[in-house]
Amino acid sequence: MVEVNFAQRRPPALLDLSHLSEPKGWRRRNGAVELGAGVTYTRIINELGAELPALAIASRTVGSPQIRNRGTVGGNLATASPAGDAHPPLLATGATVRAESMRGVREIPIGEFFLGPKQSALEPDELIRSVSVPVARGPQQFSKVGTRNAMVIAVVSFAIALDLGRRSIGTGIGSAGPTPLEGSEAADYLNRELTGGGYWEEHRPLPRGVVDRFSELVASAADPIDDVRGVARYRTHALRVMSRRTLTWAWEAAGEGRPA
Amino acid sequence: MGGGRGRAAGVRVEFTVNGRPRSAENVWPGESLLYVLRERMGLWGTKNACEQGECGSCSVYMDGELVCACLVAGGQAGGTEIITVEGLSGDGGLHPIQQAYITEGAVQCGFCTPGLVVATHQLLHANPDPSEDEIREALAGNLCRCTGYEKIISAVRAAATEMTAG
Repeated sequence: MVEVNFAQRRPPALLDLSHLSEPKGWRRRNGAVELGAGVTYTRIINELGAELPALAIASRTVGSPQIRNRGTVGGNLATASPAGDAHPPLLATGATVRAESMRGVREIPIGEFFLGPKQSALEPDELIRSVSVPVARGPQQFSKVGTRNAMVIAVVSFAIALDLGRRSIGTGIGSAGPTPLEGSEAADYLNRELTGGGYWEEHRPLPRGVVDRFSELVASAADPIDDVRGVARYRTHALRVMSRRTLTWAWEAAGEGRPA
Repeated sequence: MGGGRGRAAGVRVEFTVNGRPRSAENVWPGESLLYVLRERMGLWGTKNACEQGECGSCSVYMDGELVCACLVAGGQAGGTEIITVEGLSGDGGLHPIQQAYITEGAVQCGFCTPGLVVATHQLLHANPDPSEDEIREALAGNLCRCTGYEKIISAVRAAATEMTAG
């Protein structure tokens, strides 16, 4: 709509799906929340804080009340900005995008969805019907750096999800590369350390060296640029700090049996 | 619709504004609700500033939710119930929120005021006795370049007191 207001785009037609009821709903199915493409951030905050904590925390940082009343994860995905606030939580939790066209329904793992800046795996004839996000089985965190607490496009963002059932962790990095990034190397490293050290069986504080190595791997997974919102060096540094903090918070919460 | 790059045919849009059924003819579907309200219906209380959802000057209610009218396509408003700043005070006088903004000196140039008044109305409807943090959070989408916000926060508090007392 902003691009239309500024005459940067003049689409020959607009299709309004906002009056359809199905995309505006969500339901639990097979251990996941099937989140309709039209569910607003306000509703995620109000209704899904327990099921999808990282996505709910990220939703709280989107725009302003006015924007959260209209903005949706479906819209965030279709825009496919590297800075989209929903993306790191979706990557950290291993979400699946359900795209639909006249040809049928296609499930796209979130790790294969983002192809470039504002480029996604969606075909021109496809719409996002929903995104399936696994229900949290452990603490999750999201962290975002911006110039103020509202109306901010992320300078850099990071999400982490601990899965106490599968005994694994997932990560997601925003605004630090041409697409949102998974940071799999960092997650794989931490998973090896946690399993090898028996940390899942017997919870205890993580050694400083493990946390530092994890945050280094997160920072090195990023491929940031200098732009108007921040320089690459700052983004890399901030990621190091954010990944260390969010891991510490989430791990402490896991030890205390808290959700986040 | 004719040749690809041309404008789509205009549509007729009907919705309720401040309790009255209104309509606009030949609305280009990409035209914003803000444009329809101001330029087609003469409701100039809703202000046009950034046209990108940053400033909140065009805040209105759509089906009971606070939205930026600049980010709603005019066609999308069809069948909805819109309340603008003009509709807050039923009797043509000032709503207690508007009076509080005046009394507390929360209006300087005044351009942001209608949007802030609507956002304040929404806040006090949802939360009649908000803390300062809650006020700041609720009004975070409304920019004021004159007041520094302190007087606005005082006005919200004064309005809250007046409305819960009344």
